[in-house]
Amino acid sequence: MERKHFVNSFFWFILGGSTLIVVSFLGIILWDIFSKGFSSLSWAFISSFPRDGMTQGGILPAIIGTVLLTLITTLFSVPFGVACAIYLNEYAKPTLLTNIIRASIRNLAGVPSIIYGLFGLALFVQALDFGTSVLSAGLTLGLLSLPYIITTTEEALKRIPNSLREAALALGVTQFETIKDVVLPKALPGILTGVILTLSRAAGETAPILFTGVAFFINGISASPYQEFMALPYHLYMLSTQHNEIEQVRPLAYGTATVLILVVFSLNSMAFYLRFKNRTQD
Amino acid sequence: MEEIKLRAENLNLYFGKKQILKNVSIAFPKNQVTALIGPSGCGKSTLLRSFNRMHDLSPDAKIEGKLFLENLDLYDKKNSVTDIRKRIGMVFQKPNPLPKSIFENLSYALNIHNYPKHSIPNLIEAALKESFLWDEVKDELKKPAVKLSGGQQQRLCIARTVVLRPEVILMDEPCSALDPLSTKKIEELIEKLKENFTIVIVTHNMQQAQRISNKVAFMYLGEIIEFDTCDTIFKNPKNELTQRYIGGHFG
Amino acid sequence: MNSRTREKIDSLLKLIFKGAGFLTITLLAGIFFLLFSNSILFFLDVSPLDFFTGSQWDPDTHFSIIPLLVSTFWVAIGSMLLAVPLGVLTAAYLSEMAPRSLQTVLKPIIEMLAAIPSVAIGFLGIVLVGPGLAQLFGIQNGLNALNGSVLLAVMALPTIVSISEDAINAVPKSHREASFALGANKWETLFKVTIPAAFPGLIAAVMLGLGRALGETMTVLMATGNSAAIPRGFLDSVRTITATIAIEMGEVPYQTTHYFALFAIAGLLFLITMVINLTGEFFANRLRKFDA
Repeated sequence: MERKHFVNSFFWFILGGSTLIVVSFLGIILWDIFSKGFSSLSWAFISSFPRDGMTQGGILPAIIGTVLLTLITTLFSVPFGVACAIYLNEYAKPTLLTNIIRASIRNLAGVPSIIYGLFGLALFVQALDFGTSVLSAGLTLGLLSLPYIITTTEEALKRIPNSLREAALALGVTQFETIKDVVLPKALPGILTGVILTLSRAAGETAPILFTGVAFFINGISASPYQEFMALPYHLYMLSTQHNEIEQVRPLAYGTATVLILVVFSLNSMAFYLRFKNRTQD
Repeated sequence: MEEIKLRAENLNLYFGKKQILKNVSIAFPKNQVTALIGPSGCGKSTLLRSFNRMHDLSPDAKIEGKLFLENLDLYDKKNSVTDIRKRIGMVFQKPNPLPKSIFENLSYALNIHNYPKHSIPNLIEAALKESFLWDEVKDELKKPAVKLSGGQQQRLCIARTVVLRPEVILMDEPCSALDPLSTKKIEELIEKLKENFTIVIVTHNMQQAQRISNKVAFMYLGEIIEFDTCDTIFKNPKNELTQRYIGGHFG
Repeated sequence: MNSRTREKIDSLLKLIFKGAGFLTITLLAGIFFLLFSNSILFFLDVSPLDFFTGSQWDPDTHFSIIPLLVSTFWVAIGSMLLAVPLGVLTAAYLSEMAPRSLQTVLKPIIEMLAAIPSVAIGFLGIVLVGPGLAQLFGIQNGLNALNGSVLLAVMALPTIVSISEDAINAVPKSHREASFALGANKWETLFKVTIPAAFPGLIAAVMLGLGRALGETMTVLMATGNSAAIPRGFLDSVRTITATIAIEMGEVPYQTTHYFALFAIAGLLFLITMVINLTGEFFANRLRKFDA
């Protein structure tokens, strides 16, 4: 009896302990970054340009750059991704071709992000001659996001019962009209959840934008998509490894990390909320 | 001689390698209710759905033989499938209102088919009255259709079909998901609708078939075993299989 | 619009949707073509023998992938050694022990871990894990393979936990009941019946986690010190394939041997991650069949 009790507590300790360690990772990460980063946050920090060789000032251009970047990513990847998911779920018959498309998508999801960077460099920067620009980088991230958008959209479409499609078709409504008027509106919250999660991921990506347009510093903001740009994740990378006075800019790095994580987490919370609301409605 | 509205000639239907309908020939008379009965899996729903081409989207469905709405060849590539579906409406087993308001459930297809805007409210009112639903919903046409009760939803689905003035209404076990009271209402509704429409109804409920239909086809393993007037099938069936099914010996 | 026009629009849009589907094949084929055409140009300059057997990566003279390849696997395998036991035990806790209410709290927390950008994890490698390791082992700086492994483990954990949990949940209840009926206790059942039965799924979890670790760039770039030599221990600084591309691609002159060399190592990385992901998927599919 004594031994059994010991064994029980031992295994409980091992399993529970592992879980505790995993969960505490998140705690440690957030605590370290937020506790040191919040003191750097101020209105000036998020609303001004870096000054004095980046040892002073704020991160406004990096915020704007990241917003612009994810905007281009969205404009490109959402229409294509949703269209592809519609094809797979609504039209495609289980043929060899469909299987090849599905296999490609799964493979694309596993391609390392730096390789997307190389592809973006070759295709957008060089072949299409968009140069190193926010356009090239946004399109590169768009390609990277494509498999996730497709997968999450397809899942949302799968949840729409076939009886709704039949209801519309039986009224002499064409398949496209059915998709546009019945299927998509009903699947919208699910699709939106996937899109937001994908964008939060894209906003935090660094490797694919390294050679496609991100810059250490720009001294003005313009609306041209052919401009180089600053981005939050790259700014953090640069402040923590490439700067001449790393110790001096550490508070700025912590501040940038805090803003980046807050951006990503608020996008994630939005997606969680949408998903929760959607599930409880059904 | 009764006038034939809808018919199938030597229809064979396969899902992949499996043959579901075997050499089915049948003709449905105009402005009458014809019931398709038979044990589950006998192909009665499959037959029903081939008339408004609902199998078009099933990748492995293959159809041989001819289907006609009067003289219109339903599977001729020249003919528009949306026109065919508008002329041959369908009501499904489970009520499937569109995720829109009551009004939009009816106006949606009217808009798609270019009915003049100003005529739409009147058409909708007429269809809802014809489907015994108007009095229950006239004050809340903007309410989401899914908020209605199951029986009301099914009557809405009938109204949604009726509003397009189809020539034929196919009904696939329309009462199987409903309570007895709602079932009774729908049966009364069918009785009245046959004045204006040709109705083909699949049912697993023999009392229902007896109550509402003029003619009955008994199907078994993808074949039409016997097709005759309601009275003959239920009181004096010729085929032994029909007798046994009617007698409740299998099914 | 009459129905003819509407049906024409319908078939036109079907074609457009199909085109979008084709885009994915084109994209994968494009990546494949880019990497391999440039790799061939590289192998016209440098013999494959030197590439696969040499021991030095020095962009002026020697292009051997070996130090980079060893570094890449060194860090990734180190991360799996940390993450797999932790992840599987956590999954076991979540699916076998945790009450439902705790599950609903813990799962989103672990999912949140996956949402943290890799550059932020790399930053912590510099400011937190690095100094920690330096103090712990009495070395000058903590930017080394172990640092990278720790960070990659954190990043791979959500994947490993969630797939392992699916695998454990998919083991039929009857297996467990049979084990209990034979007099085995909860732990014997977990370790001798449930986890072995979930094994294919656990392999899938490890493979997909490994695939992610091998392809990760920013964390290893920031945390491993980036010296392109064959590591002898976990406290040595390493330089992975991804980090090498990240460091050198920005500076390299267009269409030189060095430029092509970076595509060649990317090509190899592409193949490796593809094989590992396919293996993972193979086992994940077996898991699904088990489920059905």
